[in-house]
Amino acid sequence: MNREQLVEELKQQIIEQLNLQVQPADIVASDPLFNEGLGLDSIDALELIVLMQQKYRIKLANAEDGPKIFQSVDTMADFILANQTPQAG
Amino acid sequence: MSKDSPGNYWINAAAKIGSNRAFRNQEILLDKPELSADEFLVALYREIGMEYPKWFKMDRLSKLGMLAAELALGASGAKLDDPYSAAIVLANRHSSLDTDRKFVEQLKEIPSPAVFVYTLPNIVTGEISIRHKFKGEQAFFIDDLCPVEFLVNYVRILFEEGNTHSCLFGWVDILGEQFNATLYSVSGVQEDSVHSIPFTSKNVYQYFDHEQGAVS
Repeated sequence: MNREQLVEELKQQIIEQLNLQVQPADIVASDPLFNEGLGLDSIDALELIVLMQQKYRIKLANAEDGPKIFQSVDTMADFILANQTPQAG
Repeated sequence: MSKDSPGNYWINAAAKIGSNRAFRNQEILLDKPELSADEFLVALYREIGMEYPKWFKMDRLSKLGMLAAELALGASGAKLDDPYSAAIVLANRHSSLDTDRKFVEQLKEIPSPAVFVYTLPNIVTGEISIRHKFKGEQAFFIDDLCPVEFLVNYVRILFEEGNTHSCLFGWVDILGEQFNATLYSVSGVQEDSVHSIPFTSKNVYQYFDHEQGAVS
């Protein structure tokens, strides 16, 4: 999966995981996810951590990195690409 | 004051959601027997034109309570003179069991924090309070059957203590496909000359028990 595909998949995953009433096209990948962007809250942040772990098998080592990683769909995609273990086979 | 004396308080609006039908006072708003519980709640959300995206993130108990509150409070046009004088008193049979079961199911993998935060029945009182800016007394009771006499007395005591000027109270219960919410908006002001009825146990019982939410 290339970066562009990952970004689109992430938008869909975020909508499903967080029960958002928007379409993938409504999410601008570089826009902030929290506050003025999609308006996500602290529970949503925990859901994103679960999403990262469940879907992409990536565990956050430091909670302090959260704000940087979950700043936008773009930053999430970058983090996944940098940390995902290559699939066997 | 006698046990069933109105005591100058009025049920200004009532809402009833159950058996895939929804009423505001005696007016039927939605009747969709063919839908599942989840589908019906979403259909009712759309039908009444509610715009509150957070509703979709809530558990089913909160979704049900929010819809019933929207009907009851919207119908009365409740205007808060002081948020700290607005109370909410709810009861149900199955507590948060509907959500608890979902959470236990998720424990096989990684449970959802968004589900976990709803594993208490009184979260629905908080959600309604946030939406309608209630900052007064809050209570949630668990009982096998709707304890009408108890709730009426409890609400009356709140009024008589002097700090509560309006109260949303009633029953909000859901488990699987079975759901029932019956809420009443009560205050010391007769807000509607047609729909306002005296706040008595008899009137509360009648609306709760009647299949079509009718009060004689």
